[in-house]
Amino acid sequence: MRTAFINQLVTEAELHENIVLLVGDLGYSVVEIFADRFPDRYYNVGIAEQSMAGIAAGLAHEGYNVYLYSIGNFPTLRCIEQLRYDVAYHNLSVKIVAVGAGYAYGSLGASHHATEDIAMLRAIPDTIVSTPGDPVETRAIAHLSANIPGMMYIRLGKARETIVHTNEIDGLRIGDLLPVEMKGSKTAILAGGSILAYAQERVNSGEINADLYSVPFVKPLNVDCLIHLAECYDNITVIEEHQLSGGIGSAVVEVLSDLYASGRIVNMPHVRRVAIRDVFCHVGGSQQYLRNYMGLKL
Amino acid sequence: MKSLDLAKYIRKTSLRLVSRANASHIGGSLSVADVLAVLYADVMRYRPNEPLWDGRDRLMLSKGHTCVALYSALAAVGFIDETLLDEYGTDGTQLLCHVSHLIPGVEMSAGSLGHGLPIAVGMALAAKIKSATYRTFVILGDGEMDEGANWEALMFAAQQKLNNLCAIIDFNCQQAMGNTVDIINLEPIVDKLESFGANVMRVDGHNHDTLYEAFDKFTRCDNRPTVIVADTVKGKGVSFMENRLKWHYSAPDTNLLQQALADLE
Repeated sequence: MRTAFINQLVTEAELHENIVLLVGDLGYSVVEIFADRFPDRYYNVGIAEQSMAGIAAGLAHEGYNVYLYSIGNFPTLRCIEQLRYDVAYHNLSVKIVAVGAGYAYGSLGASHHATEDIAMLRAIPDTIVSTPGDPVETRAIAHLSANIPGMMYIRLGKARETIVHTNEIDGLRIGDLLPVEMKGSKTAILAGGSILAYAQERVNSGEINADLYSVPFVKPLNVDCLIHLAECYDNITVIEEHQLSGGIGSAVVEVLSDLYASGRIVNMPHVRRVAIRDVFCHVGGSQQYLRNYMGLKL
Repeated sequence: MKSLDLAKYIRKTSLRLVSRANASHIGGSLSVADVLAVLYADVMRYRPNEPLWDGRDRLMLSKGHTCVALYSALAAVGFIDETLLDEYGTDGTQLLCHVSHLIPGVEMSAGSLGHGLPIAVGMALAAKIKSATYRTFVILGDGEMDEGANWEALMFAAQQKLNNLCAIIDFNCQQAMGNTVDIINLEPIVDKLESFGANVMRVDGHNHDTLYEAFDKFTRCDNRPTVIVADTVKGKGVSFMENRLKWHYSAPDTNLLQQALADLE
């Protein structure tokens, strides 16, 4: 995903002279293609994420669309207050790109497990939270991000993710759910992030009878899409590589509950959330191992 | 308006606003008044009738809790109507008790300490990227220098040779819970700042001539960001407020307001 992202960003930067990339001393063998092409629009601010977020706000104040690139918790949790107050409150164009969603850096330990970021970012007003599920979605979201103002969080996996979508996605709209596998079931699985490929594998194994959707955006969710889901499905399972509290499942349940309470949907689907159950992961291992170990299974 | 007159206007107006709103932070507003007065009277380029003029110098008031001083300056030089100040601290106002970017002439809001310098570095970097000639000023409190993000940003500014950036530390020696020397002793502040790569000057923050001279030296520095350590007195100009921590929090009642205004004459 990170390579798909940076390649797309280079394409966008050719078209948009206002794109600037800041990195927090991370991105070795990834960001060089951008740095070499646009040396005046690339800065390594050092291992200093709070300063990086403030510098991004200052640049954005002067008209730049600034990308912050780092790993997991560093450009997010480490500088959450700067993102909230300096960037979002002023409605500035800063795109936060975090590599290593969930347990992508599983063996590196809890410092690198990015499992609370969605909850924290989506609580901030005027913020778009995106969770691309594969390199194709990543390209579409990178393209979108270059063409919209404001603060946006782009939560990427790492490298060599399975390609789920066979075709490029044109005209992606903020909040859309993307149908991936349609089996005519009364159960829908919603997957956000690179765990999408696992969900696809399970659905196609024949052991689970369900339709599969990708959730490229946690915030905002397209309400019409959820109304459609509520009308079509009795059961919805949401799977994500994030804490149960405040993640994609929470967002889906909140929207559905509000729709039901307001009478906009007549039936409330049964929603099962597959996420991390309010615990830290104290063991190391591959991403796949830790997903299983932490119960992220369909 | 001459800088000395502007400083007096800022102090008197700030006192009136804080008293009427029963608001906090008059002490730091009085300490920073001379720095603001020199900047707006003699140093900064701006157009009050065109607040977003591209060529304007940028100012971040990182110690945003002393916003009454800035609001007063903006009224004095014509960014906002003086009558707008009457709204300060009232229900529903945009004249918040931490500086608000909704007010013409204010670049960005500030209320959480340690944010202004990184933002100012971003503004200064933007000028370098686009070869713009505006300069960026940022005013910090001395207690605020406890925040690590300031030092992160200063190192980056030095790395990038941002000679178009001037930080002013309102060094009034007090912070929320007492004297800075007893909480986090910042000394030797000049050595620290210099070791981080800044062009550092330490001046009397109430002497307009030395302040002006320092700003002039800033404009002639060609390879480093500048930091002016402005030695000031919290509550400056009001005898019963000077160096008294109480006036970080309290507002003068009507009687004390009159005493304070008399002190300034």
